[in-house]
Amino acid sequence: MSNATTAVTTPHATFDRALLLVVPAAAFMLLLFVYPFLYGLALSFNPKEGGALWNYVHFWETDNLLPTIWTTLRLALPATLINVGLALPIAFKMRVKSPYQRWATTILVIPITLGTVLIAEGMLTYFGPKGWLAQFLQFFHLYNGSIRLTHNYWGVLISLVISGFPFAFLLILSYITGIDPVLARAASTLGANPRAQFRTIYLPLLAPGLAMCFCLAFVQAFSVFPSAVLLGSPAGPTRVISIAAYEAAFEQYDYSLASAIAMIMGFVQLIIVAAVLGLRNVMYRGPVTGGKG
Amino acid sequence: MDHDFTELKLDRVTRRFAGAGGHAFAALNELTLTIQRGEFIALLGPSGCGKSTALNCIAGLMQLSGGSIWLDETRIDTLPPEKRGFGMVFQNYALFPHMTVAKNIGFGLKMRGLPDAEVSPRVAHALKLVQLTGQEHKLPGQLSGGQQQRVAIARAIVIEPPLVLMDEPLSNLDAKLRIETRAEIRRIHKELGRSTIYVTHDQDEALSLADRIVVMKDGVVQQIAAPHDVYAQPANLHVARFMGYRNVVELAVESEAGDRVTLTGPDLRLTGVRKQPLAGGRAVVAMRPEELALGASADGANTISGTVDNVEYCGRDSLVDVVTASGTLLHVRATGTPRTGDMVQVHVPIERTLVYPHE
Repeated sequence: MSNATTAVTTPHATFDRALLLVVPAAAFMLLLFVYPFLYGLALSFNPKEGGALWNYVHFWETDNLLPTIWTTLRLALPATLINVGLALPIAFKMRVKSPYQRWATTILVIPITLGTVLIAEGMLTYFGPKGWLAQFLQFFHLYNGSIRLTHNYWGVLISLVISGFPFAFLLILSYITGIDPVLARAASTLGANPRAQFRTIYLPLLAPGLAMCFCLAFVQAFSVFPSAVLLGSPAGPTRVISIAAYEAAFEQYDYSLASAIAMIMGFVQLIIVAAVLGLRNVMYRGPVTGGKG
Repeated sequence: MDHDFTELKLDRVTRRFAGAGGHAFAALNELTLTIQRGEFIALLGPSGCGKSTALNCIAGLMQLSGGSIWLDETRIDTLPPEKRGFGMVFQNYALFPHMTVAKNIGFGLKMRGLPDAEVSPRVAHALKLVQLTGQEHKLPGQLSGGQQQRVAIARAIVIEPPLVLMDEPLSNLDAKLRIETRAEIRRIHKELGRSTIYVTHDQDEALSLADRIVVMKDGVVQQIAAPHDVYAQPANLHVARFMGYRNVVELAVESEAGDRVTLTGPDLRLTGVRKQPLAGGRAVVAMRPEELALGASADGANTISGTVDNVEYCGRDSLVDVVTASGTLLHVRATGTPRTGDMVQVHVPIERTLVYPHE
């Protein structure tokens, strides 16, 4: 009743001024994300020569452009799977508070503080043909063949695992510790051994989080650039899509083509992320505690 | 696990934790108890008394620091919880949020490798037992607190465990639902004919549900007795306080004859029944507000004079605070309605005046 009166006298009273708090964030998004994205999108349809779609046709028809998608996927997908797959059991072990938990977590997370370049530097010395690893293996006659873990596919993959693992680990750890441990205890009183507890309780409740983690880890790995150049062979097996974009922009000075490559790169990421998140939608996504607390 | 057991024996079950400064303290100290098949046992005590620790030790969720647990001739305290096969109802229900009601209830049967054809009729029966038929396809989040609690109970009993463990299962329910579910728990216990161990801090729950009550304090058992005995004959002052003996007065011992003790204070003289050996010249009397009455007793014994200090109207009766001339405060449940400032007399029967050594 009183609501109706207010509505009549002040028709604009429905505007909530607290919404203004969104303005800075929205402006930030518009200026630093939406505008550059749209600018790049428009630029990609303004090629140096030919019609609006020339860049995209060119990408499709050129021998050293289209394969970069597969090259990148061949690196990013295994790296993501390794990171998520490795982080899950370790985070699961770390879920219980213990005296050494903090130390273990710290050691596992340290690579996050190192840049990719620093990691590449270290890897070149450690994994190189004359590196410590090769010297160690040969000194103890464990493996006498030549060891090539740098300047090829494996170097980039290892570096992606080193730099990507801490992210996946921290993310999964936070999901796991969010699951009420009393659920597993309840399952154990009902006859579930630790394996069954993991399979029936933890895994289904973690699945949406794992999907999210996979997406983030994948996007990070797909945009690999420094390690592909420093640790891979950027002319051959690790000529990833970001290298193609870089070359177009800064060696051929074709910003339009570079924008088109960046758009294609974004599109591929979008497809994978959409597929994984679509899968996530069919899973249970509710609270992960066992009742009113 | 074999269900045709006759008794569960706890033999000096002890659980120690590392306390502050590295000193181990016993959250549970030498609990010895034999539970017969069909018995309903309540572990009663204030929070931190070790009752939940005891339950977790029996369930296998906590390792013992000492002692042993036996199901007939089988030692079970070395088995992991999944091998013990006891049903447990948790305080916050611990329902699996991603499973439907039916899946939750059927979980224990699935884990035992039973085929679907056998699981579904048993789940249906358990649902009927807790009166939740028709809710089987809902997720726990779609149920009310009371319904969730009943799912938790159904999940624990559908595996037909020799022993059902309940950890304050009613503490999250409102008062009305609590009383309803209480009756339900007693009915289900009878229907199953197995044993139940029920942890609570609520004496009403313990009194109304249990065949025997184990009163605990600081990890140590204070009294193990039938509800009526715990209520009327508390073994020590702690149990008395916990069972609602709100009037605790320290007095000088005047004489002892058999188990009758006469005590005196500056302005009162009481005769009561000794419950524990007394030492020294002083002792305390414990009296329930319900057992004090306004007016003088027939022979004038155990009659105290005082002034009404406060009256709390409770509907059926009133809670009257009476203060003696020397300042001793007595709580009295009285049907009359005296006014604040009235001079009154209060009396208490000798056999309801319990005498304990003073602390």
